[in-house]
Amino acid sequence: MLLIKCPYCQEDRPEIEFSYSGEAHIARPLNPDDLSDEEWAEYLFIRSNRRGLHHERWLHAHGCARFFNALRDTVSDKFELTYKMGEPKAQVKK
Amino acid sequence: MKYSALSLLTNAFSGHKKWPLQWPDATPKKSYDVIIVGGGGHGLGAAYYLARKHGITNVAVIEKGWLGGGNTGRNTTIIRSNYLYDESARIYDHAVDLWDGLSQEINYNVMFSKRGVLMLAHSVHDVQSFQRHIHANRLNGVDNNWLSAEEAKAFCPPLNISKDARYPILGAALQQRAGTARHDSVAWGYARAAAALGVDIIQNCAVTGIKRGANGAVEGVETERGFIGAKKIGVSAAGNSSVLMEMAGLRFPLESYPLQALVSEPVKPVMPCVVMSNSVHAYISQSDKGELVIGAGTDQYVSYSQRGALHIIEETLASICEIFPLFKRMRMLRSWGGVVDVTPDRSPILGKTPVPGLFVNCGWGTGGFKATPGAADLLAHTIAKDQPHPINAPYNLERFTGGRLIDEAAAAAVAH
Ligand SMILES: Cc1cc2nc3c(=O)[nH]c(=O)nc-3n(C[C@H](O)[C@H](O)[C@H](O)COP(=O)(O)OP(=O)(O)OC[C@H]3O[C@@H](n4cnc5c(N)ncnc54)[C@H](O)[C@@H]3O)c2cc1C
Ligand SMILES: [Zn+2]
Repeated sequence: MLLIKCPYCQEDRPEIEFSYSGEAHIARPLNPDDLSDEEWAEYLFIRSNRRGLHHERWLHAHGCARFFNALRDTVSDKFELTYKMGEPKAQVKK
Repeated sequence: MKYSALSLLTNAFSGHKKWPLQWPDATPKKSYDVIIVGGGGHGLGAAYYLARKHGITNVAVIEKGWLGGGNTGRNTTIIRSNYLYDESARIYDHAVDLWDGLSQEINYNVMFSKRGVLMLAHSVHDVQSFQRHIHANRLNGVDNNWLSAEEAKAFCPPLNISKDARYPILGAALQQRAGTARHDSVAWGYARAAAALGVDIIQNCAVTGIKRGANGAVEGVETERGFIGAKKIGVSAAGNSSVLMEMAGLRFPLESYPLQALVSEPVKPVMPCVVMSNSVHAYISQSDKGELVIGAGTDQYVSYSQRGALHIIEETLASICEIFPLFKRMRMLRSWGGVVDVTPDRSPILGKTPVPGLFVNCGWGTGGFKATPGAADLLAHTIAKDQPHPINAPYNLERFTGGRLIDEAAAAAVAH
């Protein structure tokens, strides 16, 4: 089980308190009527599914009940960092 | 050599020490007509059908680890075809048809055992959904029958059907033609049969890049052992499909999740069939060695680690103990994880890609072992003819743009 640091609660908590909410920084289109089928497919279905550092959203469901973002290595499952909603996308160092 | 009762007897005299290698370990040539990336059952099978049915024998299967070391060797081997939609009925039933004659065809015992798969209904919603499946299956000529709780108990005596059970059993859907097969044999049998027809099997050789020419078409693959040319490449890399597709500059509708399984200590025959409970994420059968083989649900997050969390299998075991109280005192021996490639509609992607010469077979997620011979046959057909077979035509990548999904996700919530 992963230990996850909620950036709001500032505490490492067990994974069962959280629910995973998919890839992060995918913004809902502001102009849905103007989108082509390809753009809808990209928004709805296409995911980076990165092997390595992956931006993702988590929900501290059984804690503060807030969404936050994380950068996690999908090979080791190790969290690089977690950060609050609205903060800029974490940079991936090479 | 041909395996037979006679060859078994003859080799017994030399203490089984003189069996020839099942297939040679090939050194990569400069180029091939077709390269298959991924030495799981699907990829090895595709190479076999390319050679056997389409006469294309200048083929290499390139595997980064060992044959069947991916999900082929990690799955719980449930084979069934009672999915909801017409497209699914066709593709999964095509596979079951091929499972039927497979051991004879490749002269390798894959131990396909039609012991029946029983899917338990625990709620009114389950009952309605299973009956809808049964009716849809009947229209498609796929066998699937409704059993009352008592009939289910008669078919599978260890079941606890008491009314006050934590997960009461209201009935079950039984596909009698469904069952299990021996996973390793599938990989080894196809590898041996393909190699006998001239296919090169190259292990311990990860593909690190896909080379495309000025016109965009594929020219070959970069590997740990250098560049290998091919005008046609079939990718059948299960959990790593997104990674391979990215090498060709493509983004795919896939996410890779850990999926775990575990086995118990071996005991005498007690489970006559496969039992699945989708709503509590538990799947169980008994191997011919006597171990209970138990499958869990996926972990929630994307991962390539090939391991999952303990709380997932704890939940599965808790459910198993509720449904089968007599297993409460059994000890579990081993657990492991695989990486499953999941599409948004839980149906596979099997066909051409926007890159000329690049073909893909992926997205089988938690349930592609059952499809192995079918997917392999259809991938070979698509590569050989440069167009999909009618059975896999609906499983194109474009469905995610056009909207014609094959939504087994909505139909089943969990599919194995
Ligand atoms: C725990 C578990 C239980 C399951 N239970 C069932 C079940 O009961 N019934 C069912 O139908 N399905 C089940 N599945 C799903 C099933 O195992 C898969 O859908 C199926 O095996 C995929 O087939 P494959 O042969 O293509 O995959 P794999 O055997 O995974 O083959 C893909 C191969 O590609 C190789 N590869 C990856 N990247 C590269 C690279 N860069 N270069 C070269 N090679 C590469 C991998 O090493 C791997 O060997 C289960 C899966 C798991 C993990
Ligand atoms: Zn919190």
